[in-house]
Amino acid sequence: MKHGFLSLATALTLALGAADGWCQGKVVNVYNWTDYIAEDAPKAFQQATGIKANYTTYDTNEILDAKLRTGRSGYDVVTPTMSPHFARQKTAGLFRPIDKALLKNYGNLDPEIMKALARYDPGNEHGVPWMWGTTGIGYNVEEVKKRMPDAPVDSLKLIFDPQTVAKFKDCGVMLLDSPTDVLPAALLYLGLDPDSKKPEDLEKAADVVRKVRPSIRKFTSAEMINALARGDICVAFSFSGDILQARDRGAKAKPQAVTVNYAIPKEGSQLWIDVMAIPKDSKNVEEAHRWIDYLLDPKVAAASSDAVGYANGNKAAVPLMKKEISEDPLIYPPEAVRAKLFTISPGDQEQTRLRTRLWTNIKTGR
Amino acid sequence: MSATGMASTHGIAWGRRLVIALPYLWLLLFFAAPFLIVAAISLGENTPDTVPPVTLTGSGKTYVQLFADALYPAAYLNSLRIAAIATLATLLIGYPMAYAIARAPAGWRGPLLMAVILPFWTSFLIRIYAWMGILSENGLLNQFLRGSGLVADPGTILGTEWAIYLGIAYAYLPFMVLPLYAVLEKLDVSLLEAAADLGARPWRAFLTVTLPLSLPGIVGGCLLVFIPAVGEFVIPDLLGGTETLMIGKVLWDEFFSNSDWPMASAVAMAMLVVLVIPIVLFQRARAREMARG
Repeated sequence: MKHGFLSLATALTLALGAADGWCQGKVVNVYNWTDYIAEDAPKAFQQATGIKANYTTYDTNEILDAKLRTGRSGYDVVTPTMSPHFARQKTAGLFRPIDKALLKNYGNLDPEIMKALARYDPGNEHGVPWMWGTTGIGYNVEEVKKRMPDAPVDSLKLIFDPQTVAKFKDCGVMLLDSPTDVLPAALLYLGLDPDSKKPEDLEKAADVVRKVRPSIRKFTSAEMINALARGDICVAFSFSGDILQARDRGAKAKPQAVTVNYAIPKEGSQLWIDVMAIPKDSKNVEEAHRWIDYLLDPKVAAASSDAVGYANGNKAAVPLMKKEISEDPLIYPPEAVRAKLFTISPGDQEQTRLRTRLWTNIKTGR
Repeated sequence: MSATGMASTHGIAWGRRLVIALPYLWLLLFFAAPFLIVAAISLGENTPDTVPPVTLTGSGKTYVQLFADALYPAAYLNSLRIAAIATLATLLIGYPMAYAIARAPAGWRGPLLMAVILPFWTSFLIRIYAWMGILSENGLLNQFLRGSGLVADPGTILGTEWAIYLGIAYAYLPFMVLPLYAVLEKLDVSLLEAAADLGARPWRAFLTVTLPLSLPGIVGGCLLVFIPAVGEFVIPDLLGGTETLMIGKVLWDEFFSNSDWPMASAVAMAMLVVLVIPIVLFQRARAREMARG
């Protein structure tokens, strides 16, 4: 009875508290990638600040891009990927500048990541880095070994050398369905500048992909994790986070565990950074800053990295993470590997069109 | 007396007009207005640095590109071909089903029709994902084939055009069965008895009596499957392979990857034109049917 009364009182207080927050109308509308923060973060944020976080998710940059370009998206914080999306959106004037004075945790950010980001956003005026990672090769350890004991798993040869990749055709090869990720890697494989926008260079890169095309089961962005973890495919070229998730899921797969591993190509790897930004037409600018500042709290950032398994743009969070995250060289690569990470510039409208067209032609075998 | 009579007919006329106006209003609001907006955007120019990324110039450059670039005609033709094959497959599966239901005892027809519609209560996307689970390399189908020893190396259906046909036939089956059932159920069985009395074997009676009489159902069902199948995006994207070029995917690329709204709108307008032809043909067939009937 007493217990019942107490919980009723608690419920009432909570309800009043919620109503109170609602009356003040303090909300922040967050639009983020799926599986991208610790699950309890929005609730904890509300408890800490009294601001209700309406947290919704998307799973492709393109959906976010279309919403931002339509205008009046209603979001206060979004998290596009640095290049090409964030960079293009910033150029189009879709974001308002970040008021760094409102972010007391701003000093925790990793200067190296900030520098990479500043290439697209001078002075880091419009974006705050959240998670980052690399792009590389995921593979099914046993099946690859069975077909090629000395397979060059840590090299782009595994996916771009026609004879090598043909060995894995029967068990399945998937590449990202993304010209901005695969073509730079093909350029790098040829020893060209991965950021080259010259049509003749892009044509050469397209030829690399065309030659391995017969061995590739599918270009996809969404199916990689499941296909690798279930053992449906042998080799995948994708984002570090996806492959590491496949590794964890594969280890738990039934009836038989599937051993998936990730390798950062020794030729180099494209660095991706997802960036928190505030849309120009946001109506809750102050609350948006509060949300970003909350995520910059080292404890909160560390908990999110622990939960999702990505590296964080927050240097102060690293010592607070689980060791299996912070000491995993595939998540936090050593200096020598980090030195070889590259980024690409978005390019103009004509270059985008050429790239997309080239990509459609590659995929459809034209 | 006559004045009140006048007033009441007046009232009825207004009421009738209102009732007639409602569907037109609906069409205006949800078909004509969006259509005109899309048409206007398709004549604009892509300006990536504005919100929204379009400037309405009335240039029509997009349509020149639509014809100049071989990709678009290829994508339209391929979409039409895939939709046609899938529609035929749906007809071949749906016709015997509709026939069987129409000839089932009256008490059974309701539950049987229910069984056809029932899968619709689950989300379309989930049902297509379920097919991915069935058709994938280590999916249920291959597990069964390998486990039962029927086929040692069955290969993979997922990612081929066969998977697209299967997905469309599965997803759109009710649209085929229901119009066919509506026609077959009304069919006068005494006509078949008469045919039998005149010496026609069942097969011949079917070809000369049942099939021609069920033609409106066939046309209706086929259009209901064919039209959405041409623009289908989800099924080819999830079940099909990468090499399948379909117009839905081209539209997606224009809108999302290139964020080129004018080009995407032009692709959509052209698709509408491609689809209007079968609709007009259907209307004419219906009109002929009405004139005859």
